[in-house]
Amino acid sequence: MQEVLNQRIETAKASASYLPSEERTKAMTWLQANGLPHAKAEEYKYTHLTKVLEKEFSLQAGVAKSVVTKEQLSGLLFESVEAHHVVLVDGVFAPELSRIAADSKQLEISAFHEAQQKPAYLQYAAKEAHAEADPFIALNTAFASNGLFIEVKRGAAVELPVILYHISSASDAKPVIYPRNLIVVGENAQVKLVEHYITLGEAATFTNSVTEIVCQQDALVDYYKLQFNNPSAHQVGTTQVLQVKKSVFTATTVSLDGKMLRNNLNIVMDDEHCESNMWGLYLLNGKSHVDNHTMVDHRKPNALSNENYKGIMDGNSTAVFNGKIFVRQDAQKTNAFQSNRNILLSNDASVNTKPQLEIWADDVKCSHGCTIGQMDEEQLFYLRARGLSYESARAMLLHAFAADVIQNIKIEGIRTLLEELIIERLSK
Amino acid sequence: MSKENNILEEITNREYEHGWTTNIESDAAPKGLNEDIVRFISAKKQEPEWLLEWRLKAYRHWLTLKEPKWPNVSYPEVNFQDIIYYSAPKQKVTPKSLDEIDPELRATFEKLGISLTEQKRLTGVAVDAVIDSVSVATTFKATLGELGIIFCSFSEAVKEHPELVKKYLGSVVPITDNYYAALNSAVFSDGSFCYIPKGVRCPMELSTYFRINAANTGQFERTLIVADEESYVSYLEGCTAPQRDENQLHAAVVEIYAAAKAEVKYSTVQNWYPGDKNGKGGIYNFVTKRGICAGDYSKISWTQVETGSAITWKYPSCILKGDYSIGEFYSVAVTNNMQQADTGTKMIHIGKNTKSRIVSKGISAGKSQNSYRGLVQVMKRADNARNFSQCDSLLMGDKCGAHTFPYIEVDNKTAQVEHEATTSKIGEDQIFYCNQRGISTEDAVALIVNGYAKEVLNQLPMEFAVEAQKLLAITLEGSVG
Repeated sequence: MQEVLNQRIETAKASASYLPSEERTKAMTWLQANGLPHAKAEEYKYTHLTKVLEKEFSLQAGVAKSVVTKEQLSGLLFESVEAHHVVLVDGVFAPELSRIAADSKQLEISAFHEAQQKPAYLQYAAKEAHAEADPFIALNTAFASNGLFIEVKRGAAVELPVILYHISSASDAKPVIYPRNLIVVGENAQVKLVEHYITLGEAATFTNSVTEIVCQQDALVDYYKLQFNNPSAHQVGTTQVLQVKKSVFTATTVSLDGKMLRNNLNIVMDDEHCESNMWGLYLLNGKSHVDNHTMVDHRKPNALSNENYKGIMDGNSTAVFNGKIFVRQDAQKTNAFQSNRNILLSNDASVNTKPQLEIWADDVKCSHGCTIGQMDEEQLFYLRARGLSYESARAMLLHAFAADVIQNIKIEGIRTLLEELIIERLSK
Repeated sequence: MSKENNILEEITNREYEHGWTTNIESDAAPKGLNEDIVRFISAKKQEPEWLLEWRLKAYRHWLTLKEPKWPNVSYPEVNFQDIIYYSAPKQKVTPKSLDEIDPELRATFEKLGISLTEQKRLTGVAVDAVIDSVSVATTFKATLGELGIIFCSFSEAVKEHPELVKKYLGSVVPITDNYYAALNSAVFSDGSFCYIPKGVRCPMELSTYFRINAANTGQFERTLIVADEESYVSYLEGCTAPQRDENQLHAAVVEIYAAAKAEVKYSTVQNWYPGDKNGKGGIYNFVTKRGICAGDYSKISWTQVETGSAITWKYPSCILKGDYSIGEFYSVAVTNNMQQADTGTKMIHIGKNTKSRIVSKGISAGKSQNSYRGLVQVMKRADNARNFSQCDSLLMGDKCGAHTFPYIEVDNKTAQVEHEATTSKIGEDQIFYCNQRGISTEDAVALIVNGYAKEVLNQLPMEFAVEAQKLLAITLEGSVG
């Protein structure tokens, strides 16, 4: 693997990229020295992405992009939701496929190559997602050649949600694609962001994405990551968030299928009075494998973080959860809560969870809890005694379990869509 | 405020109470470790050929291993060639009664407050006192002998009950288990052996007092407890060590085997020298403790109060192999000054209808770091497994840290696993409430900490509970500022 990787790095060095060259070189050097995580690496011990990469995918770039037409996308986008629809094909912004009702005073959407001179881009591009923090961040920084830059202007309250569609055109060569996004939300601005992944055709795909989000003072950001209709997808995606004073960041991650998904959500609270919420739902069946790693780094006092991840596993599926909360010495008066609840429906499903707290400050309130269990027979009995069939009683209870997360979704169109999908899945 | 700070300072500056050295002539091996040393230890102890082979196998395996680096502790590298692997107090004849014991040795025990005679008469505890790896005195042997209970030093067991030792040694912690277990298997000098025959309920608490004495002597004891069907035993282990400037390594192995319907309760109070307030000196306590509930309906319960050692690194574990077996782990770990603790447990559910319970209470003060690291694993065929874990941390002062690393791996849908953890400090309102009712801040802290740890302390046998409460009070008086 390391050999292939080194070769690929040599070719990447020669080819052009619009990412900051300093960070890119750093990432390459790091990868050459450390490589991708081996089977026993602590952070990836339950999710063996390196093995998958090695066996099934080629790290080699330079695969000709297939042309994606509007017709191919019809029915795949959330047409019914009024929003800014931003389409990216194999990691490259495709304005001709997108529908952006943008008011450039509020919102600017451009590819990295057009953003090179913008101050916000220069200040933040590749500055928060550090190569040495995660091998897959390094991989993305080294190999991504372009990206998408969104700037929400100071004081702008963007009414319509911004939906990013990451399309894998899935050619036969099984390349890995490297979407890269930078989103800077200005002072006092508000925005709702959605990331959705779509694969065209049946082929297996490997996506290694990095999304950096900067929330400036008093910003209000809702972020949604939706993973469904993608049963053969392999994804490792990092969402790296930097929060500045009094900003509020809410992330909702919903995974309904996928071959092997790894979501890294890292939130750094680098100022006082920040608030972050992390909601997650994974509803798995078949041979899906979903791994959610979250990290909240409380660096300054008076911040609040709140986390609730829930999962229902059926079939041969596997779920992994790792939640880290760091409370640094300075971060007095921190409140941090974390909860992870799982229901196992099948004997071939499994859960590995590790809620982790690391605390260096004393005046804090931190707690975490996790449970793994099954359907409550008594609750089922209660409903059945009132005339519900076993199936509908079961679906009702599971739906109630999942609703905790879904009800936090503030974009109505998407919430309804997800509700429908979930109800359909649960009543099977 | 200033008064509290004074007390805090006084406490945190307190020198180790049990810090003294006994002048007993030691019969020690040369420094360093090689096959010859292993042979030397084995020969010294007049061991049979099979045990020597076993040791050598462990030693050869150890050579292939690397020192593990994953725990959340930091310390200078241990030089394994700079340790004396064997030292025994010189004694010409085996003592037949307490009177024959070296008076200096007895004085040491007096200082520790475990006068053998006193204990024998008043508390009904049989003490197998271990000073520098060799058992010096075993009391109450006759009483236990009548019931068929074997409680003796390890070397004695090798001589007198070789078939039992051969059968169970390494059955729970194999020589290949980990770096320090392999090291221990190669060079262990002595320890305790305990066998409870079928259907016997041990009438008294069995207890061993370990002490590290000679300078630069790593202590490598080995404890093996075998509880046969339908038997019960409660075993106590308590530790104190004299003050030293150089770090001392302690890598013990404890193995517990519980047959069907047997119950073993293992309690530890550990108060070894933690180093001075700058983190100089102190014991490295790297211990492998594991029990197997081999038979159906068996139960193993670990209770520990950890207040000493510069670095504590241990995970008393239960392998729940028998159906309906139960594993328990109760722990209070207190760290102060520069101490570091990485401790927790593993509960491996293999049998059906197995249950486990984990209660861990961490208290960190000064500049210490306290970690809980645990694994709850439910295997595929472990139907109806049940686990409840609770790990709370209490922080005193803003320079210490509390960390939780719970791993939960479930492969069976009928499992019910719960884990919860909290981190907080003693609330000002709690202190205020007590103050209002005429309780001084200092007493209030003691009250609250004791209440906080009560769930664990309640699990300790009487004598230990008193000792443990005292230890907690000494370490934490006035720590709220």
